[in-house]
Amino acid sequence: MKFSEMQSDRSKVSGLGSAKSGTGHFWQQRLTAIANVPLAIAFIVLVLMSLSRDYAGARALMGYPLSALLLLLFVGSGVYHMRLGMQVIIEDYVHGEGTKIAALIANNFFALMVGGSAILAILKLSFAV
Amino acid sequence: MENHAAESPKTLAERRPLSPHLAIYKPSLTMTMSIVHRLTGAALYFGTLLLVWWLVAMASGPAQFATAQWFMTSIFGRLILLGYTWALLHHMLGGLRHFVWDTGAGFDETWRERLTVFSLIGSVSLTLVIWVTAYLVR
Repeated sequence: MKFSEMQSDRSKVSGLGSAKSGTGHFWQQRLTAIANVPLAIAFIVLVLMSLSRDYAGARALMGYPLSALLLLLFVGSGVYHMRLGMQVIIEDYVHGEGTKIAALIANNFFALMVGGSAILAILKLSFAV
Repeated sequence: MENHAAESPKTLAERRPLSPHLAIYKPSLTMTMSIVHRLTGAALYFGTLLLVWWLVAMASGPAQFATAQWFMTSIFGRLILLGYTWALLHHMLGGLRHFVWDTGAGFDETWRERLTVFSLIGSVSLTLVIWVTAYLVR
């Protein structure tokens, strides 16, 4: 029996395959990867610029609207990208069903905690300027 | 067809074909880079904790920021940050390599080797450029 014969008409039309998400993961991985290139460069430049400043100067630099925006975008895109990447690593190497689900949940929570804390800190710096 | 089940007491699960183990391949540069791409990705994943610590400390106050700065400017901290810089750049250049491959180009033997060498030289040189700049502006 061919694979296409086992699919319902509805399933054939949506074309999302057995994982029900089609190429969504791949697309989002590449989309965030493209965004990460300029954003990571901006982040490195900001860190380098902050080195010659004291505490107040570094705060002012990171809280400046353009820097805060670039940092927020970097955190958002970066965290989403790393969440997708770690998901693949877990799916590749963790074989026990229970452990795998636990690891996938932990991956989401870790990404949300990292992203949430960084965003809160950036907003705090931004509103203080 | 010969009957394997008769001569082998192994269970069905044990007799299933396994995907080839990495150890049976002769190590190549492209293969090592593929593994390194994943390793740097995983390292960057946990390295975000440092980024968060730095930003939260900065948002919290001068004392907290001083503690974070003390750690990051210590020898241990600097080594971690040096590794983090290289991992970020190597993963980025590895990603750019994947963008080239996404277009269907760069799969022939010459170019896949070249791209691998470029990304390795590139990540090491860019790391040096950034760290020299860091020491100059400081």
